[in-house]
Amino acid sequence: MKIAQKTIKFFLLFVLALFSAANFAAISEKKQDNQNDGGRVKTKEEVEAYILHHIKDSHDFSLFSYTSDEGERKHVGFPLPIILWTSEGLITFMSSEFHHNDDGHVIVGKSGLKFVKIHSKIYELDEGASKVTFDETHHAKNAHKVLDFSITKSVVGVLLIGLLILFWFSSLAKQYKSKKIPTGFARVLEPLVIYVRDEIARPNIGEKHYRRFTGYLLTVFFFIWLLNLVGLTPLGFNVTGQLAVTTCLAIFTLVIYSVSGTKGYWMHMIWMPGVPVLIRPVLAIIELAGALLIKPFSLLVRLFANISAGHIVVMSLIAIMFTLKESLGVFGATGLSLVLSFFITLIEVLVAFLQAYIFTMLSALFIGMALEDHAEHH
Amino acid sequence: MYNLIGAGLIVIGAGIGLGQIGGKAMEGIARQPEATGKIQTNMIIIAALLEGLAFGALFLGK
Repeated sequence: MKIAQKTIKFFLLFVLALFSAANFAAISEKKQDNQNDGGRVKTKEEVEAYILHHIKDSHDFSLFSYTSDEGERKHVGFPLPIILWTSEGLITFMSSEFHHNDDGHVIVGKSGLKFVKIHSKIYELDEGASKVTFDETHHAKNAHKVLDFSITKSVVGVLLIGLLILFWFSSLAKQYKSKKIPTGFARVLEPLVIYVRDEIARPNIGEKHYRRFTGYLLTVFFFIWLLNLVGLTPLGFNVTGQLAVTTCLAIFTLVIYSVSGTKGYWMHMIWMPGVPVLIRPVLAIIELAGALLIKPFSLLVRLFANISAGHIVVMSLIAIMFTLKESLGVFGATGLSLVLSFFITLIEVLVAFLQAYIFTMLSALFIGMALEDHAEHH
Repeated sequence: MYNLIGAGLIVIGAGIGLGQIGGKAMEGIARQPEATGKIQTNMIIIAALLEGLAFGALFLGK
C-alpha cells in the first residue's frame, strides 16, 4: 500500500512539474504581421503545411501558440540551444533569437557571421549579404548551410528517454542486489524485461549466445517503445519518425550482426558451398546486398514510415475539425474528429508497441542468423 | 500521376499478401491451437518483412 502511494505520488509530482515548467516557459511576443505560422490554421493547405512542419525536427520546443485579444501572436514553449560549427569556430546561441521566424526574415549576427532559419534549417548568409533572396524554386540564393549540432527537439527527446531508461533500469538492477523481489515501479519493468529475454532473445538467437545480446535488444526495445509512446502525447515529439534516428538504430544492428557473424555465416555469403562454381559469384552479390543493404534498409524504413504515417493520420483526423466545419457544422465536425482520432490513437498505442517489438525481433533474428552453426548441414 | 498509380498497385499487392499471411495463420491456428504462439510470431515476422518491402517501394516511388 505504501509503495503504491509512493508511485502515485511520484507520477503526480512528475505531471505537476511538467505543468509548472510549461507555466514558467518563455512566452515570447511578436506582432502578427511578421509571423510565418500565419495565426490560426483553417484551410486544407494550412493543415497540410502544419502537419509537414510537425513531422520535421525543429529548433525550438513549442507547446502551443495562440492569438491574444490585442491581435498579438503568443508562443508558449522552451527555446533550445543552437550549436553551429562555422569558419569562425564554434558558435552557440538560443533559438529564441530567431523569434519563431522560419522563413529567413530574422537575421542573427554572431561573431561577424549572419544566420537565418529557413524551414527548420540554419543557413549562413554569404559575405556582404544583408537579406536572403530566393530563386524560383524557393531555394536560398545567397546563403549556405552550416554544420548544425544543435540540441533540437528530437535530441531533447532522445536525451529525456535515455535518462529515464537509465534511471528506471539502474534502480531495477540495484534492487536485485538487496532483495530477491523488486518492489514499486520495478515490478512493472521486470515482466517486460523477462518478456524480451524469453520471447525475443532466447528463441531467435539460441540458448548458447543469447545472454551477450540481451542488453542491446532490451535497450533498443525500450528506447523505441518509449519514444513511440512519447510521440503520442501532445508534447509533439516525432523522434522515431526521423530518418536519422532510425538509420542510426539500423546501423547499430548492422554492425552487431556483422561483427559477431561466424566464419560459416560469412563463407555462406561470399563463397556458398554446395552450389556450382559459376553461380557462386552471383549468389555472393545477392547475399551481400541482402545482408549489408536490404536488411538494415527495411528495418529503418519500416520504423520511420510506420511512425510518420501514424502521426500524419492522427493529425489529419484532428484537422477534420477545421476542414469539415462548413459542411458538417461545428458540433458534427468536432464530434467526428473526436471519435475518429480517439480510436486511431488507441490503434497507435498498439502500433507503438508492435514496431518496437518488430524492430527488436528482427534484430534478434538477424543476429541469430549470423551466429548459426552451419557445420551440420553438409 | 504515374507514381500515384504505382503507389496504389503497391498497396494492392501488399494487401493481398497480408491477407494471405493472416488468413493462412488463422487456418493454421484453427487446425493446431497448441501452436498458436509459434504461428503468431512467424506471422508477425513475415508481415513485417512484407511491410518493409511495401514501405520501401512507396518510399522510393514517392
